[in-house]
Amino acid sequence: MITVETSCYHCGETCENTLILLGDKPFCCEGCKLVFELLNGNGLCTYYHLNGQPGAPQRSQARPDKFAFLEDEKIRQQLVQFRNDTHTHVTFYIPQIHCSSCLWLLEHLHKLDDGVQRVTVNFARKEAQVIFQQSQTSLRKVAELLTSIGYEPYISLQDLQHKKPAMNRQLIYQLGVAGFCFGNIMLLSFPEYFSGNGGIDTHLFRYLNLLLSLPVFLYSAQAFYRSAWGGLKHGFMNIDVPIVLAIIVTFTRSLIDIGTNSGAGYFDAMTGIVFFMLAGRVLQDKTYQGLSFDRDYTSYFPIAVTAVRGKKNVPIALPDIKEGETLLIHNNELVPADGILVKGSALIDYSFVTGEADPVPCLTGDLIYAGGRQLEGNIQLHTIKAVAQSYLTSLWNRQELQQDTHKQPSFIHLLGRHFTWVVLGITVLTAAWWGFRDPAKIWPSVTAILIIACPCALLLAASFTNGHILSILSRHKLYLRNAGAIERLAATDHIVFDKTGTLTDKQKAITVFNGRPLTRHERLQAAALAAQSTHPLSRMVCDFCGSNHTPVKDFEQVTGMGISGTVMKDTIRLGNAAFTDAAGIAATNGSVVYLSINGEVRGYFSIRNGYRSGIQSLILQLRKKYKLTVLSGDHARDESTLRKLMGIKATLRFLQQPQDKLDHILALQEQGQRVLMVGDGLNDAGALKQSDTGISLTEDSNNFTPASDGILAATNLPLLPHYIQLCKTSKRIILTSFIFSLVYNFTGLFFAVQGKLSPLTAAILMPASSISIILLTWSLSAVAGKKLHRKALQLTADEDQSFACARS
Amino acid sequence: MSVIILLLGASLTIGIIFLAAFCWAVKSGQFEDDYSPAHRILFDEQANDQQP
Repeated sequence: MITVETSCYHCGETCENTLILLGDKPFCCEGCKLVFELLNGNGLCTYYHLNGQPGAPQRSQARPDKFAFLEDEKIRQQLVQFRNDTHTHVTFYIPQIHCSSCLWLLEHLHKLDDGVQRVTVNFARKEAQVIFQQSQTSLRKVAELLTSIGYEPYISLQDLQHKKPAMNRQLIYQLGVAGFCFGNIMLLSFPEYFSGNGGIDTHLFRYLNLLLSLPVFLYSAQAFYRSAWGGLKHGFMNIDVPIVLAIIVTFTRSLIDIGTNSGAGYFDAMTGIVFFMLAGRVLQDKTYQGLSFDRDYTSYFPIAVTAVRGKKNVPIALPDIKEGETLLIHNNELVPADGILVKGSALIDYSFVTGEADPVPCLTGDLIYAGGRQLEGNIQLHTIKAVAQSYLTSLWNRQELQQDTHKQPSFIHLLGRHFTWVVLGITVLTAAWWGFRDPAKIWPSVTAILIIACPCALLLAASFTNGHILSILSRHKLYLRNAGAIERLAATDHIVFDKTGTLTDKQKAITVFNGRPLTRHERLQAAALAAQSTHPLSRMVCDFCGSNHTPVKDFEQVTGMGISGTVMKDTIRLGNAAFTDAAGIAATNGSVVYLSINGEVRGYFSIRNGYRSGIQSLILQLRKKYKLTVLSGDHARDESTLRKLMGIKATLRFLQQPQDKLDHILALQEQGQRVLMVGDGLNDAGALKQSDTGISLTEDSNNFTPASDGILAATNLPLLPHYIQLCKTSKRIILTSFIFSLVYNFTGLFFAVQGKLSPLTAAILMPASSISIILLTWSLSAVAGKKLHRKALQLTADEDQSFACARS
Repeated sequence: MSVIILLLGASLTIGIIFLAAFCWAVKSGQFEDDYSPAHRILFDEQANDQQP
């Protein structure tokens, strides 16, 4: 039998259980259908014509007064960029922007609201700048409009507290100037090289060259001066020191040569190397605009929360929450401050904060910590601490106090130093030699050596390789913070994993029913009852049994115990052992939900978090080369499965607090191990920062990720060993290119020690070596990148296959 | 041969103008978003679009 899967016209998800038809178009949920109707009614269907199924799933709707806080004048002032009598400018961060349809729709927002004058989208940053007339619409209405079309803006506490840093474009200007001067100097040097004895008088050209080299010497090379000076101040000779030396010597020698009319100067060689090295720098310093590697808790928390003052519900900004406030926390909302539960029944999901997989039920009088998410219904909380003093933020701040751990400097600095000593040695020998033979030749030969034998080839190779590797990795969804992370990742010998959310997939669950198999009728009944509750376990039962909408009478929900109701004349109960009067049948791995029908216990569903697909083969591959550790904030309930997965030699630790994770990493580092930590939640933040390389996992890039050295899309976690391999290869590529460049260095030295280095020779050697090295590193890294790409394709092929098998 | 001086002056001036244009373009943030402008120009003007 051929099963045809209908996918939603709006978002593309499969409409398995719920199919809603409008005309001939299928939708997976009411939300998607509503968006379609809204767009259709306003003549905006081009949205669907530009890209198929461009929307995001609209299953979970934001509650109607979510943006009520935008009416508060103080908050508005801090968010808005500009405001005059008629217009207001505001920039929203909208993480759902991902295609040209999004771009089109957002820039046509004025069709949905007359008050909106213009919207400009910055695709790279996923931002939309909205200009609207405050007389006709308001900030809150704009935010709600965006939400209604599926583009909910993400407004977090960070937006209130600091503005984004301006882009640093200095390097680009320096590159532009260097390029201009280099090109013109090369051109203006032609008469010098090709005019011969009776030719044109080249003095004018020489002075022009001198003039053109000044901007490069004084402005463009500043990047190197600063770095060299910074290194020297700390007593560390990094690779920029010999380069600065070469630049200064070249300029001085050329100046003197032109002044005394004894030569043409080496300005083209000098500006050439500055230009190429700056180009490498620009490529290496690439920043990813849509991501941030420095997120702290402020970008996790929302901007405002509802406070109950007297009889009214008032939105207040998070920094204004004091002790003793009563807060109203809605369904699915974050708890912003530590507090005592005073009203309602709480079910808090702490998985992001502590790593506990199961939500914690709380009763009146219990303490609830900031950072947890309320899952079922509304509750009221009496705060005992302000937001910045909560347990969570105090943890965070304490860890940030661990001073900026000095990460290992790159190997090129070491190599550069050896190179410099060798060159200096050659210089001294040459000077001594000529000192005896012909002292007049000391100056030209010594300066020529310093000009030609600079380790710029090494720097060039390193920066171009790093830049290319960073871009290859980002194509495969691993975004590294900077080039230094490549080397540290390559040096890893111990890998530490977090469990909840990293190894396990929070969306995936493995449900098994233990007991006499259920009849179809019974399954429908269980699913109908489970559909009434928003508890994650109910959702799993629902998915397992096949959800349906059979009406349930007398539905009752007891927090922390279970749910009961009457479905088709049978009393169904789903819950823990006490609720369903079941004798505690061996509760092993995962959570257990007992099912009783008409008082008779039929069996139990054992539900545990599924591990991500591909983890099995990933661990098998990693086991061979690296030591592995799992640090989990969860209970040891799942230990046997985890042990089977990780092998005998791996270390498994459970119930780890954030501080425990950090301490474990420190202990490993004291043993001399280089640690790579992979985590996803706030409870991993300290450990991520302390490890030599910290990678945070993300399900989709609009989720908050703690500060780290790299951000990896969760689907690509199985590619980890290949990423590390690529980073190891990059070091080899740099070395190969450097050795290749030695050929040029020797050729140049041959002329230099004789004091016979002519400007023409230098002008040919320098650019030739630079360009050939760039080409070499580029092609070698492209080959390495192809290998990674093949492995990635293999991964998706395997996944598709297993998915197809599971479905058939 | 003195025309060379004139030519040099002219070519350098034009070069500087291009350099200035480059700096201005970078400063105005043109190169930050390379996706949107490419797609924006391909959108069709709808028949009933009034002045934005």
